[in-house]
Amino acid sequence: MKYVLFVCAPADDEEPATPRVSARLRPPADATTVRVAGDEVLLADGPFARTEEYIAGVDLVVADDLDEAIALAARHSAALDGGTVEVRPVRE
Amino acid sequence: MPDAEEAVAAAFREEWGQVVATLIRVTGDWDLAEECAQDAFAQALDRWRRDGVPRRPGAWLTTTARNRALDVLRREAVGAAKLREAAVLARDEGPHDPEYEGDDSGVQDDRLRLIFTCCHPALPIEARVALTLRTLAGLTTPEIARAFLVPEATMAQRLVRAKKKIRNAGIPYRVPPAHLLPERTTGVLGVVYLLFNEGYAATSGADLVRTNLCAEAIRLARVLARLMPDEPETLGLLALLLLHDARRHTRVDAGGELVTLEEQDRAAWDRVEIDEGATLLETALRRGSPGPYQIQAAIAACHATAATAEDTDWADIAGLYGELARFVPSAVVRLNRAVAVGMSAGPDAGLAMVAELEREGDLDGYHLLPATRADLLRRSGRTAEAATAYERALELVENEAERRFLEKRLAECRTV
Repeated sequence: MKYVLFVCAPADDEEPATPRVSARLRPPADATTVRVAGDEVLLADGPFARTEEYIAGVDLVVADDLDEAIALAARHSAALDGGTVEVRPVRE
Repeated sequence: MPDAEEAVAAAFREEWGQVVATLIRVTGDWDLAEECAQDAFAQALDRWRRDGVPRRPGAWLTTTARNRALDVLRREAVGAAKLREAAVLARDEGPHDPEYEGDDSGVQDDRLRLIFTCCHPALPIEARVALTLRTLAGLTTPEIARAFLVPEATMAQRLVRAKKKIRNAGIPYRVPPAHLLPERTTGVLGVVYLLFNEGYAATSGADLVRTNLCAEAIRLARVLARLMPDEPETLGLLALLLLHDARRHTRVDAGGELVTLEEQDRAAWDRVEIDEGATLLETALRRGSPGPYQIQAAIAACHATAATAEDTDWADIAGLYGELARFVPSAVVRLNRAVAVGMSAGPDAGLAMVAELEREGDLDGYHLLPATRADLLRRSGRTAEAATAYERALELVENEAERRFLEKRLAECRTV
């Protein structure tokens, strides 16, 4: 399956990266939001919702299933820096 | 065959989750799986009446449901459905003969796959609970809606949404790999505990649909304990549910008023459940790997096995709450510890701990904080101060039965 990782960072962060992909996404209800605290991966059942952060970048990844996509998101440098990564499935 | 109906009802309780779980694995389609399972149970009623109950009802039902799924897919018989039919045949290595009596340990795992998928953390918690009740326990959508006090359409929508997310977001149908297993197991146990608490909170005896959730939660906990015998927390959870359930009927009197643990009729507690819970707890603790459910079960066991309220070993309970706080660092756990310390070392020791919690402020607005202070003051004979604390608790309480209880206590303080 394909997933888009929305990389969300605090609003005072650097300029957003230029989008490199084009994809039709599943609705927000199909999203899962990933944060990392210490060695714990924290999941939330829905889209990224905090307003003080904005989408700083987008990655398109291929994974076997949601658990693998979550693992990729949890290893993302933004997540390791305390940011949030929304995992959104791509319509195929 | 007068007992065919009974056999089908029993098989429904025992086998529904298994049949659905296996059908999801072989068809990859949750709706088709449910539909075919329903169909198999309907057929069973006719066939078992006529031909007798098969020796292995579960295998009979699974095979019948699987054949039904193949029929449906064959009838669609074009394009994608043809592929799915081939996939069913390829994935289905199980017994095709309804009287097959060989090993089905692989099929056992289907139920675990199903429960881990239903309880996946990417699903909203209400959806996890609803999906578990529908697919594993076999409750109907209207039953689940009534149990959670939401309109039927809302519950139906919730279930549809959840199944859609499983499919669209690629939530895997499997028992999680070793590195995810501990946290996902905690999640599964959490869903079963939540289910039980929903039923337990429904205090009125008339509310049978809701109190039935306790029985369903215990049934699921039994399945988990059987399927994950090496995880002591599954045994701990089952023990905890049984020990709570044993006291369930004595928590409210005939007039719907709350009865405190101290005043409950201990002779009316369910001895069978208490004995089973205590035995399970011992087995779990022998593994030497304690966890929050085992510790909570140990606390419940202290209460359940004390002959009278005065015999309660509060020092032991205070120690257990201290242990629990290491696993669950929550202010509520510390408040419970303050109660136990107040009962074992005297009200002043408990009040000191309550004062510390008040300073920290994590429980601001929580009615049980002033209610606990009030109770400890009452026990030390400081009734005027206790009355003030009860008044504060009454400003915060929401539950009606609890409100009446606090009002009664306040009135007692004022008449002293």
